[in-house]
Amino acid sequence: MKKSAFSKIYIFLIFAFLYVPILIICVYSFNASNSTGVMTGLSVKWYAELFKDKVTLHACYNTIILAITSAVTATVLGTLAAIGIDKMKKGWRRSMLMTVTDIPMMNPEIVTGVSMMLLFVFIGAFLKINGVLGFWTLFIAHVTFSLPYVILNIMPKLKQIDPHLAEAAQDLGCTPAKAYWKVILPAIKPGIVSGFIMGFTLSLDDFIISYFVSGPKFQTLPIRIYSMTKKRVTPDMYALSTIIFVVILVMLIIINLSDLKGDSKKRKKGAE
Amino acid sequence: MNKKSTFYQKLCASPHILWSAIFIIVPLLMVAYYSFTDANGSFTMENIYRLTDYTDTFLRSLWYGIIATLICLVMAYPIAYFISQSKARAQTTMIMLVMIPMWMNFLIRTYAWMNILEDSGVINKMLSFLHLPNLHMINTPSAVILGMVYNFLPYMILPIYSVLTKLDRSLVEAAQDLGANKFNVFLKVIFPMSVSGIVSGITMVFVPSVSTFYISQKLGGGTFALIGDIIEMQFQVSNNFNFGAALSLVLMVLILICMAFMNKFSDTEDAGGGMVV
Repeated sequence: MKKSAFSKIYIFLIFAFLYVPILIICVYSFNASNSTGVMTGLSVKWYAELFKDKVTLHACYNTIILAITSAVTATVLGTLAAIGIDKMKKGWRRSMLMTVTDIPMMNPEIVTGVSMMLLFVFIGAFLKINGVLGFWTLFIAHVTFSLPYVILNIMPKLKQIDPHLAEAAQDLGCTPAKAYWKVILPAIKPGIVSGFIMGFTLSLDDFIISYFVSGPKFQTLPIRIYSMTKKRVTPDMYALSTIIFVVILVMLIIINLSDLKGDSKKRKKGAE
Repeated sequence: MNKKSTFYQKLCASPHILWSAIFIIVPLLMVAYYSFTDANGSFTMENIYRLTDYTDTFLRSLWYGIIATLICLVMAYPIAYFISQSKARAQTTMIMLVMIPMWMNFLIRTYAWMNILEDSGVINKMLSFLHLPNLHMINTPSAVILGMVYNFLPYMILPIYSVLTKLDRSLVEAAQDLGANKFNVFLKVIFPMSVSGIVSGITMVFVPSVSTFYISQKLGGGTFALIGDIIEMQFQVSNNFNFGAALSLVLMVLILICMAFMNKFSDTEDAGGGMVV
Protein backbone atom coordinates (compact mmCIF):
# COMPACT_ATOMS: atom_id res chain seq x y z
CA MET A 1 0.00 0.00 0.00
CA LYS A 2 1.34 3.43 -0.88
CA LYS A 3 1.95 5.76 1.99
CA SER A 4 -0.03 8.93 1.77
CA ALA A 5 1.34 12.36 2.63
CA PHE A 6 -1.17 12.52 5.46
CA SER A 7 0.27 9.47 7.19
CA LYS A 8 3.78 10.89 6.90
CA ILE A 9 2.73 14.22 8.41
CA TYR A 10 0.80 12.46 11.16
CA ILE A 11 3.75 10.24 12.07
CA PHE A 12 6.00 13.31 12.11
CA LEU A 13 3.63 15.24 14.41
CA ILE A 14 3.34 12.41 16.94
CA PHE A 15 7.10 11.96 17.03
CA ALA A 16 7.53 15.71 17.42
CA PHE A 17 5.16 15.58 20.40
CA LEU A 18 7.13 12.70 21.91
CA TYR A 19 10.56 14.21 21.30
CA VAL A 20 10.25 17.98 21.81
CA PRO A 21 10.46 17.72 25.63
CA ILE A 22 13.47 15.42 25.27
CA LEU A 23 15.08 17.90 22.92
CA ILE A 24 14.48 20.67 25.44
CA ILE A 25 16.10 18.55 28.15
CA CYS A 26 19.16 18.09 25.92
CA VAL A 27 19.40 21.79 25.07
CA TYR A 28 19.09 22.98 28.68
CA SER A 29 21.71 20.48 29.83
CA PHE A 30 24.24 22.67 28.01
CA ASN A 31 22.96 25.84 29.65
CA ALA A 32 25.58 28.09 31.24
CA SER A 33 23.29 29.55 33.92
CA ASN A 34 22.18 27.43 36.84
CA SER A 35 18.51 27.55 35.97
CA THR A 36 16.40 25.22 33.86
CA GLY A 37 14.38 28.12 32.49
CA VAL A 38 16.69 30.79 31.10
CA MET A 39 19.24 30.02 28.43
CA THR A 40 22.31 32.24 28.83
CA GLY A 41 25.04 30.43 26.95
CA LEU A 42 26.57 27.06 26.21
CA SER A 43 28.67 25.16 28.71
CA VAL A 44 29.38 21.62 29.79
CA LYS A 45 29.75 22.53 33.45
CA TRP A 46 26.62 20.53 34.42
CA TYR A 47 28.20 17.38 33.05
CA ALA A 48 31.28 18.03 35.18
CA GLU A 49 29.00 18.76 38.14
CA LEU A 50 27.14 15.49 37.57
CA PHE A 51 30.28 13.37 37.68
CA LYS A 52 31.17 14.96 41.02
CA ASP A 53 27.80 14.00 42.49
CA LYS A 54 28.60 10.70 44.25
CA VAL A 55 25.04 10.12 45.49
CA THR A 56 23.50 10.34 42.03
CA LEU A 57 26.19 8.16 40.47
CA HIS A 58 25.65 5.55 43.15
CA ALA A 59 21.91 5.69 42.55
CA CYS A 60 22.57 5.03 38.82
CA TYR A 61 24.62 2.00 39.72
CA ASN A 62 21.89 0.75 42.08
CA THR A 63 19.22 1.20 39.41
CA ILE A 64 21.13 -0.86 36.84
CA ILE A 65 21.91 -3.67 39.30
CA LEU A 66 18.28 -3.79 40.37
CA ALA A 67 16.97 -3.75 36.78
CA ILE A 68 19.25 -6.58 35.64
CA THR A 69 18.68 -8.87 38.63
CA SER A 70 14.94 -8.34 38.77
CA ALA A 71 14.41 -8.67 35.00
CA VAL A 72 16.45 -11.89 34.82
CA THR A 73 14.57 -13.38 37.77
CA ALA A 74 11.20 -12.33 36.35
CA THR A 75 12.08 -13.74 32.93
CA VAL A 76 13.08 -17.14 34.33
CA LEU A 77 10.06 -17.35 36.66
CA GLY A 78 7.74 -16.04 33.97
CA THR A 79 8.93 -18.38 31.20
CA LEU A 80 8.50 -21.39 33.48
CA ALA A 81 5.10 -20.11 34.57
CA ALA A 82 3.94 -19.57 30.97
CA ILE A 83 4.94 -23.13 30.04
CA GLY A 84 3.10 -24.47 33.09
CA ILE A 85 -0.02 -22.38 32.59
CA ASP A 86 -0.15 -23.27 28.89
CA LYS A 87 -0.38 -26.95 29.81
CA MET A 88 -3.08 -26.41 32.45
CA LYS A 89 -6.59 -27.38 31.42
CA LYS A 90 -9.05 -24.55 30.89
CA GLY A 91 -11.02 -24.19 34.09
CA TRP A 92 -11.35 -22.19 37.26
CA ARG A 93 -7.81 -23.01 38.45
CA ARG A 94 -6.23 -21.70 35.29
CA SER A 95 -8.39 -18.60 35.03
CA MET A 96 -7.85 -17.84 38.71
CA LEU A 97 -4.09 -18.15 38.31
CA MET A 98 -4.18 -15.89 35.26
CA THR A 99 -6.27 -13.33 37.12
CA VAL A 100 -3.88 -13.32 40.08
CA THR A 101 -0.91 -13.04 37.69
CA ASP A 102 -2.47 -10.01 36.05
CA ILE A 103 -3.23 -8.21 39.32
CA PRO A 104 0.02 -6.18 39.48
CA MET A 105 -0.57 -5.10 35.88
CA MET A 106 -4.23 -4.17 36.31
CA ASN A 107 -3.88 -2.72 39.76
CA PRO A 108 -2.78 0.90 39.97
CA GLU A 109 0.94 1.02 40.70
CA ILE A 110 0.34 3.09 43.77
CA VAL A 111 -1.85 0.32 45.26
CA THR A 112 0.76 -2.32 44.44
CA GLY A 113 3.41 -0.15 46.08
CA VAL A 114 1.31 0.57 49.13
CA SER A 115 0.23 -3.06 49.58
CA MET A 116 3.80 -4.33 49.40
CA MET A 117 4.96 -1.61 51.75
CA LEU A 118 2.33 -2.70 54.26
CA LEU A 119 3.49 -6.33 53.96
CA PHE A 120 7.17 -5.43 54.40
CA VAL A 121 6.51 -3.06 57.27
CA PHE A 122 4.30 -5.66 58.94
CA ILE A 123 6.94 -8.38 58.58
CA GLY A 124 9.62 -5.92 59.67
CA ALA A 125 7.67 -5.10 62.82
CA PHE A 126 6.96 -8.79 63.42
CA LEU A 127 10.60 -9.82 63.14
CA LYS A 128 11.73 -6.60 64.84
CA ILE A 129 13.99 -5.61 61.93
CA ASN A 130 14.80 -1.92 61.83
CA GLY A 131 14.63 -0.38 58.38
CA VAL A 132 13.35 -3.42 56.51
CA LEU A 133 13.01 -1.40 53.28
CA GLY A 134 16.07 -1.73 51.06
CA PHE A 135 17.45 -3.67 48.11
CA TRP A 136 15.54 -6.89 48.74
CA THR A 137 12.16 -5.23 49.13
CA LEU A 138 12.79 -3.33 45.88
CA PHE A 139 13.94 -6.54 44.19
CA ILE A 140 10.82 -8.44 45.27
CA ALA A 141 8.56 -5.61 44.16
CA HIS A 142 10.26 -5.26 40.76
CA VAL A 143 10.11 -9.00 40.05
CA THR A 144 6.44 -9.02 41.02
CA PHE A 145 5.39 -6.22 38.71
CA SER A 146 7.54 -7.49 35.81
CA LEU A 147 6.20 -11.07 35.96
CA PRO A 148 2.82 -10.50 34.29
CA TYR A 149 4.50 -8.67 31.40
CA VAL A 150 6.91 -11.56 30.83
CA ILE A 151 4.08 -14.11 30.95
CA LEU A 152 1.89 -11.97 28.73
CA ASN A 153 4.64 -11.81 26.11
CA ILE A 154 5.25 -15.56 26.10
CA MET A 155 1.73 -17.03 26.36
CA PRO A 156 0.60 -16.02 22.85
CA LYS A 157 3.78 -17.49 21.35
CA LEU A 158 3.10 -20.79 23.13
CA LYS A 159 -0.47 -20.76 21.88
CA GLN A 160 0.71 -20.32 18.29
CA ILE A 161 2.98 -23.39 18.39
CA ASP A 162 1.69 -26.42 16.56
CA PRO A 163 1.46 -29.12 19.28
CA HIS A 164 2.59 -31.68 16.73
CA LEU A 165 5.99 -30.00 16.46
CA ALA A 166 7.22 -31.26 19.82
CA GLU A 167 5.74 -34.68 19.06
CA ALA A 168 7.54 -34.73 15.72
CA ALA A 169 10.80 -33.88 17.48
CA GLN A 170 10.22 -36.73 19.93
CA ASP A 171 9.37 -39.13 17.11
CA LEU A 172 12.67 -38.15 15.54
CA GLY A 173 14.47 -39.24 18.70
CA CYS A 174 14.47 -36.23 21.03
CA THR A 175 13.77 -36.68 24.73
CA PRO A 176 10.85 -34.49 25.91
CA ALA A 177 13.31 -32.13 27.56
CA LYS A 178 15.44 -31.92 24.44
CA ALA A 179 12.34 -31.40 22.30
CA TYR A 180 11.56 -28.43 24.51
CA TRP A 181 15.02 -27.02 24.19
CA LYS A 182 15.19 -27.52 20.42
CA VAL A 183 11.64 -26.78 19.33
CA ILE A 184 9.55 -24.90 21.87
CA LEU A 185 12.18 -22.57 23.29
CA PRO A 186 13.33 -21.22 19.89
CA ALA A 187 9.68 -20.69 18.95
CA ILE A 188 8.94 -18.62 22.05
CA LYS A 189 12.32 -16.86 22.11
CA PRO A 190 10.98 -13.57 20.68
CA GLY A 191 8.41 -13.54 23.49
CA ILE A 192 11.07 -14.21 26.11
CA VAL A 193 13.32 -11.47 24.75
CA SER A 194 10.57 -8.87 24.58
CA GLY A 195 9.40 -9.93 28.06
CA PHE A 196 12.90 -9.42 29.42
CA ILE A 197 13.27 -6.05 27.71
CA MET A 198 9.92 -4.95 29.09
CA GLY A 199 10.80 -6.06 32.61
CA PHE A 200 14.16 -4.30 32.37
CA THR A 201 12.59 -1.10 31.04
CA LEU A 202 9.85 -1.06 33.65
CA SER A 203 12.38 -1.61 36.42
CA LEU A 204 14.65 1.20 35.18
CA ASP A 205 11.83 3.66 34.91
CA ASP A 206 9.77 2.62 37.90
CA PHE A 207 9.25 5.31 40.42
CA ILE A 208 5.83 4.85 42.01
CA ILE A 209 6.21 1.33 43.43
CA SER A 210 9.86 1.91 44.32
CA TYR A 211 8.90 5.10 46.14
CA PHE A 212 6.87 3.09 48.64
CA VAL A 213 9.14 0.07 49.11
CA SER A 214 12.55 1.75 49.22
CA GLY A 215 14.38 3.03 52.25
CA PRO A 216 17.23 5.46 52.81
CA LYS A 217 19.77 2.64 52.54
CA PHE A 218 19.21 1.86 48.90
CA GLN A 219 18.24 4.68 46.56
CA THR A 220 17.44 4.18 42.90
CA LEU A 221 17.79 6.91 40.32
CA PRO A 222 14.07 7.74 40.03
CA ILE A 223 13.89 8.09 43.83
CA ARG A 224 16.94 10.32 43.78
CA ILE A 225 15.43 12.41 40.99
CA TYR A 226 12.17 12.70 42.90
CA SER A 227 13.88 14.07 45.96
CA MET A 228 15.73 16.54 43.73
CA THR A 229 12.63 17.70 41.83
CA LYS A 230 10.99 18.61 45.12
CA LYS A 231 13.10 21.73 44.90
CA ARG A 232 13.94 23.53 41.69
CA VAL A 233 16.04 21.20 39.54
CA THR A 234 19.54 22.21 38.49
CA PRO A 235 20.53 21.28 34.94
CA ASP A 236 22.75 18.42 36.07
CA MET A 237 19.59 16.26 36.12
CA TYR A 238 19.11 17.25 32.50
CA ALA A 239 22.71 16.36 31.77
CA LEU A 240 22.08 12.93 33.27
CA SER A 241 18.95 12.45 31.16
CA THR A 242 20.83 13.49 28.04
CA ILE A 243 23.52 10.91 28.76
CA ILE A 244 20.86 8.21 29.34
CA PHE A 245 19.17 9.21 26.09
CA VAL A 246 22.40 9.01 24.09
CA VAL A 247 23.33 5.65 25.64
CA ILE A 248 19.91 4.18 24.76
CA LEU A 249 20.07 5.59 21.26
CA VAL A 250 23.55 4.16 20.62
CA MET A 251 22.53 0.80 22.11
CA LEU A 252 19.44 0.56 19.92
CA ILE A 253 21.37 1.56 16.79
CA ILE A 254 23.93 -1.16 17.51
CA ILE A 255 21.16 -3.74 18.07
CA ASN A 256 19.46 -2.63 14.86
CA LEU A 257 22.66 -2.84 12.84
CA SER A 258 23.53 -6.29 14.17
CA ASP A 259 19.96 -7.39 13.36
CA LEU A 260 20.40 -6.17 9.82
CA LYS A 261 23.68 -8.09 9.50
CA GLY A 262 21.99 -11.21 10.87
CA ASP A 263 19.14 -10.77 8.41
CA SER A 264 21.41 -10.45 5.40
CA LYS A 265 23.36 -13.53 6.55
CA LYS A 266 20.10 -15.46 6.84
CA ARG A 267 19.07 -14.28 3.41
CA LYS A 268 22.40 -15.43 1.96
CA LYS A 269 21.98 -18.81 3.61
CA GLY A 270 18.46 -19.03 2.23
CA ALA A 271 19.77 -18.26 -1.25
CA GLU A 272 22.28 -21.08 -1.01
CA MET B 1 2.52 -35.96 24.47
CA ASN B 2 2.85 -38.39 27.38
CA LYS B 3 1.36 -37.70 30.77
CA LYS B 4 4.64 -37.55 32.66
CA SER B 5 6.09 -34.70 30.65
CA THR B 6 2.80 -32.81 30.86
CA PHE B 7 3.01 -33.16 34.64
CA TYR B 8 6.52 -31.72 34.69
CA GLN B 9 5.43 -28.89 32.47
CA LYS B 10 2.59 -28.04 34.82
CA LEU B 11 5.04 -28.15 37.71
CA CYS B 12 6.94 -25.29 36.03
CA ALA B 13 4.24 -22.90 37.18
CA SER B 14 4.67 -23.72 40.89
CA PRO B 15 7.42 -21.18 41.73
CA HIS B 16 5.27 -18.52 40.17
CA ILE B 17 2.17 -19.68 42.08
CA LEU B 18 4.09 -19.51 45.36
CA TRP B 19 5.53 -16.10 44.50
CA SER B 20 2.11 -14.72 43.54
CA ALA B 21 0.52 -16.01 46.72
CA ILE B 22 3.10 -14.35 48.97
CA PHE B 23 3.72 -11.12 47.10
CA ILE B 24 0.38 -10.44 45.41
CA ILE B 25 -2.39 -12.04 47.49
CA VAL B 26 -0.99 -11.46 50.97
CA PRO B 27 -0.21 -7.74 50.38
CA LEU B 28 -3.78 -7.21 49.18
CA LEU B 29 -5.07 -8.90 52.31
CA MET B 30 -2.84 -6.52 54.27
CA VAL B 31 -4.54 -3.56 52.57
CA ALA B 32 -7.93 -4.93 53.63
CA TYR B 33 -6.65 -5.59 57.16
CA TYR B 34 -5.27 -2.07 57.58
CA SER B 35 -8.45 -0.54 56.10
CA PHE B 36 -10.60 -1.97 58.88
CA THR B 37 -8.26 -1.40 61.81
CA ASP B 38 -6.94 1.64 63.65
CA ALA B 39 -3.33 2.43 64.57
CA ASN B 40 -3.51 0.00 67.52
CA GLY B 41 -4.77 -2.86 65.36
CA SER B 42 -8.35 -3.01 66.68
CA PHE B 43 -11.35 -3.17 64.37
CA THR B 44 -12.91 0.09 63.23
CA MET B 45 -15.14 1.44 60.44
CA GLU B 46 -13.78 4.97 60.95
CA ASN B 47 -11.54 4.86 57.84
CA ILE B 48 -14.43 3.79 55.62
CA TYR B 49 -16.74 6.55 56.92
CA ARG B 50 -14.03 9.14 56.30
CA LEU B 51 -13.86 8.17 52.61
CA THR B 52 -17.02 10.11 51.81
CA ASP B 53 -15.04 13.35 52.37
CA TYR B 54 -13.07 12.48 49.23
CA THR B 55 -15.88 11.65 46.79
CA ASP B 56 -15.04 14.72 44.67
CA THR B 57 -11.41 13.68 44.46
CA PHE B 58 -12.34 10.18 43.31
CA LEU B 59 -14.69 11.51 40.65
CA ARG B 60 -12.13 14.06 39.44
CA SER B 61 -9.44 11.38 39.12
CA LEU B 62 -11.75 9.07 37.16
CA TRP B 63 -12.82 11.90 34.88
CA TYR B 64 -9.26 13.05 34.09
CA GLY B 65 -8.25 9.43 33.53
CA ILE B 66 -11.08 8.87 31.06
CA ILE B 67 -10.26 12.04 29.10
CA ALA B 68 -6.52 11.24 28.96
CA THR B 69 -7.28 7.68 27.81
CA LEU B 70 -9.60 8.82 25.03
CA ILE B 71 -7.08 11.39 23.78
CA CYS B 72 -4.36 8.71 23.79
CA LEU B 73 -6.58 6.32 21.83
CA VAL B 74 -7.45 8.92 19.21
CA MET B 75 -3.79 9.90 18.84
CA ALA B 76 -2.35 6.38 18.97
CA TYR B 77 -4.61 4.39 16.66
CA PRO B 78 -3.67 6.19 13.41
CA ILE B 79 0.06 6.13 14.10
CA ALA B 80 -0.06 2.45 15.11
CA TYR B 81 -1.91 1.74 11.87
CA PHE B 82 0.47 3.79 9.71
CA ILE B 83 3.51 2.14 11.31
CA SER B 84 2.05 -1.32 10.73
CA GLN B 85 1.61 -0.40 7.04
CA SER B 86 5.27 0.61 6.60
CA LYS B 87 8.16 -1.46 5.32
CA ALA B 88 9.57 -3.96 7.84
CA ARG B 89 12.76 -1.99 8.45
CA ALA B 90 10.97 1.31 8.90
CA GLN B 91 8.59 -0.43 11.32
CA THR B 92 11.44 -1.56 13.60
CA THR B 93 12.96 1.91 13.61
CA MET B 94 9.70 3.68 14.33
CA ILE B 95 8.73 1.28 17.11
CA MET B 96 12.16 1.88 18.66
CA LEU B 97 11.44 5.61 18.45
CA VAL B 98 8.12 5.07 20.22
CA MET B 99 9.85 3.07 22.96
CA ILE B 100 12.83 5.37 23.61
CA PRO B 101 10.84 7.98 25.59
CA MET B 102 9.67 5.16 27.86
CA TRP B 103 13.31 4.59 28.79
CA MET B 104 13.76 8.19 29.83
CA ASN B 105 12.81 8.81 33.40
CA PHE B 106 9.18 9.86 33.61
CA LEU B 107 9.85 12.32 36.42
CA ILE B 108 12.28 14.25 34.23
CA ARG B 109 9.97 14.10 31.22
CA THR B 110 7.19 15.54 33.36
CA TYR B 111 9.53 18.15 34.75
CA ALA B 112 10.50 19.14 31.21
CA TRP B 113 6.84 19.86 30.51
CA MET B 114 6.88 22.17 33.50
CA ASN B 115 9.62 24.15 31.73
CA ILE B 116 7.57 24.23 28.55
CA LEU B 117 4.24 25.25 30.06
CA GLU B 118 5.36 27.66 32.80
CA ASP B 119 4.37 31.31 32.73
CA SER B 120 8.03 32.08 31.92
CA GLY B 121 8.46 28.80 30.06
CA VAL B 122 9.42 27.87 26.52
CA ILE B 123 6.01 28.39 24.92
CA ASN B 124 5.42 31.76 26.54
CA LYS B 125 8.91 32.96 25.61
CA MET B 126 8.20 32.06 22.00
CA LEU B 127 4.87 33.87 22.19
CA SER B 128 6.56 36.98 23.65
CA PHE B 129 9.16 36.81 20.90
CA LEU B 130 6.34 36.86 18.35
CA HIS B 131 4.65 39.69 20.29
CA LEU B 132 1.65 37.50 21.08
CA PRO B 133 -0.15 37.52 24.44
CA ASN B 134 1.11 34.97 26.93
CA LEU B 135 -0.93 31.96 27.99
CA HIS B 136 -1.37 30.61 31.47
CA MET B 137 -1.06 26.84 31.12
CA ILE B 138 0.69 25.43 34.16
CA ASN B 139 -1.38 24.41 37.21
CA THR B 140 -4.51 23.79 35.16
CA PRO B 141 -6.42 20.52 34.64
CA SER B 142 -5.42 20.63 30.94
CA ALA B 143 -1.73 20.65 31.88
CA VAL B 144 -2.25 17.58 34.08
CA ILE B 145 -4.12 15.75 31.32
CA LEU B 146 -1.42 16.73 28.82
CA GLY B 147 1.16 15.24 31.18
CA MET B 148 -0.82 12.01 31.36
CA VAL B 149 -1.19 11.80 27.56
CA TYR B 150 2.50 12.51 27.01
CA ASN B 151 3.71 9.97 29.54
CA PHE B 152 1.37 7.13 28.65
CA LEU B 153 0.94 7.52 24.86
CA PRO B 154 3.55 4.82 24.03
CA TYR B 155 1.57 2.37 26.19
CA MET B 156 -1.38 2.88 23.84
CA ILE B 157 0.61 2.78 20.59
CA LEU B 158 2.53 -0.44 21.27
CA PRO B 159 -0.33 -2.92 21.96
CA ILE B 160 -2.43 -1.58 19.07
CA TYR B 161 0.57 -1.78 16.75
CA SER B 162 1.40 -5.34 17.81
CA VAL B 163 -2.16 -6.48 17.02
CA LEU B 164 -2.28 -4.64 13.70
CA THR B 165 1.08 -5.93 12.52
CA LYS B 166 0.04 -9.54 13.16
CA LEU B 167 -3.16 -9.06 11.22
CA ASP B 168 -3.48 -11.47 8.32
CA ARG B 169 -3.15 -9.45 5.08
CA SER B 170 -5.16 -12.01 3.12
CA LEU B 171 -8.24 -11.18 5.21
CA VAL B 172 -8.00 -7.58 4.04
CA GLU B 173 -7.56 -8.75 0.46
CA ALA B 174 -10.48 -11.15 0.79
CA ALA B 175 -12.69 -8.32 2.02
CA GLN B 176 -11.57 -6.16 -0.91
CA ASP B 177 -12.24 -9.00 -3.35
CA LEU B 178 -15.70 -9.34 -1.90
CA GLY B 179 -16.34 -5.71 -2.74
CA ALA B 180 -15.66 -3.82 0.49
CA ASN B 181 -14.34 -0.30 0.07
CA LYS B 182 -11.46 1.05 2.17
CA PHE B 183 -13.75 2.34 4.86
CA ASN B 184 -15.65 -0.92 5.16
CA VAL B 185 -12.44 -2.97 5.20
CA PHE B 186 -11.33 -0.91 8.14
CA LEU B 187 -14.67 -0.98 9.94
CA LYS B 188 -15.53 -4.62 9.37
CA VAL B 189 -12.12 -6.34 9.29
CA ILE B 190 -9.23 -4.32 10.69
CA PHE B 191 -10.93 -2.55 13.58
CA PRO B 192 -12.76 -5.57 15.06
CA MET B 193 -9.55 -7.58 14.96
CA SER B 194 -7.61 -4.87 16.77
CA VAL B 195 -10.03 -4.57 19.69
CA SER B 196 -7.84 -6.72 21.95
CA GLY B 197 -4.96 -4.28 21.36
CA ILE B 198 -7.20 -1.31 22.08
CA VAL B 199 -8.42 -2.89 25.30
CA SER B 200 -4.93 -3.54 26.60
CA GLY B 201 -3.91 -0.04 25.52
CA ILE B 202 -6.82 1.46 27.42
CA THR B 203 -5.89 -0.55 30.50
CA MET B 204 -2.28 0.54 30.30
CA VAL B 205 -3.18 4.23 30.01
CA PHE B 206 -6.27 4.52 32.19
CA VAL B 207 -4.90 2.84 35.31
CA PRO B 208 -1.73 4.92 35.72
CA SER B 209 -3.61 8.09 34.77
CA VAL B 210 -6.27 7.62 37.42
CA SER B 211 -3.78 6.82 40.14
CA THR B 212 -0.98 9.27 39.34
CA PHE B 213 0.36 11.67 41.92
CA TYR B 214 3.59 13.04 40.47
CA ILE B 215 2.03 14.52 37.34
CA SER B 216 -0.65 16.32 39.34
CA GLN B 217 1.94 17.59 41.82
CA LYS B 218 4.19 19.06 39.15
CA LEU B 219 1.79 20.16 36.41
CA GLY B 220 -1.19 20.81 38.67
CA GLY B 221 0.94 22.61 41.22
CA GLY B 222 -1.06 21.18 44.11
CA THR B 223 -4.02 23.42 43.32
CA PHE B 224 -6.27 20.38 43.09
CA ALA B 225 -5.51 16.91 44.44
CA LEU B 226 -6.06 13.63 42.65
CA ILE B 227 -6.70 10.44 44.57
CA GLY B 228 -3.05 9.42 44.15
CA ASP B 229 -1.98 12.62 45.92
CA ILE B 230 -4.20 11.86 48.90
CA ILE B 231 -2.92 8.27 49.19
CA GLU B 232 0.70 9.37 48.85
CA MET B 233 0.15 11.94 51.60
CA GLN B 234 -1.24 9.33 54.02
CA PHE B 235 1.80 7.09 53.60
CA GLN B 236 4.67 9.54 53.19
CA VAL B 237 3.55 12.65 55.09
CA SER B 238 0.86 12.05 57.68
CA ASN B 239 1.80 8.39 58.33
CA ASN B 240 -1.84 7.34 58.54
CA PHE B 241 -1.39 3.88 57.01
CA ASN B 242 -4.91 2.79 57.93
CA PHE B 243 -6.75 5.55 56.14
CA GLY B 244 -4.29 5.30 53.22
CA ALA B 245 -5.10 1.59 52.97
CA ALA B 246 -8.83 2.33 52.91
CA LEU B 247 -8.34 4.85 50.07
CA SER B 248 -6.20 2.32 48.16
CA LEU B 249 -8.83 -0.37 48.66
CA VAL B 250 -11.55 1.78 47.13
CA LEU B 251 -9.31 2.91 44.26
CA MET B 252 -8.43 -0.71 43.53
CA VAL B 253 -12.04 -1.87 43.61
CA LEU B 254 -13.13 0.98 41.32
CA ILE B 255 -10.43 0.19 38.77
CA LEU B 256 -10.95 -3.57 38.93
CA ILE B 257 -14.64 -3.01 38.18
CA CYS B 258 -13.73 -0.88 35.14
CA MET B 259 -11.19 -3.43 33.95
CA ALA B 260 -13.43 -6.45 34.48
CA PHE B 261 -15.98 -4.70 32.30
CA MET B 262 -13.36 -4.03 29.60
CA ASN B 263 -11.99 -7.58 29.71
CA LYS B 264 -15.40 -9.11 29.36
CA PHE B 265 -15.83 -7.01 26.25
CA SER B 266 -12.48 -8.14 24.78
CA ASP B 267 -13.07 -11.83 25.62
CA THR B 268 -16.25 -11.98 23.59
CA GLU B 269 -14.45 -10.18 20.77
CA ASP B 270 -11.64 -12.72 20.89
CA ALA B 271 -14.10 -15.59 20.61
CA GLY B 272 -15.62 -13.89 17.58
CA GLY B 273 -12.18 -13.46 16.01
CA GLY B 274 -11.46 -17.12 16.62
CA MET B 275 -14.60 -18.09 14.77
CA VAL B 276 -13.63 -16.02 11.76
CA VAL B 277 -10.22 -17.69 11.57
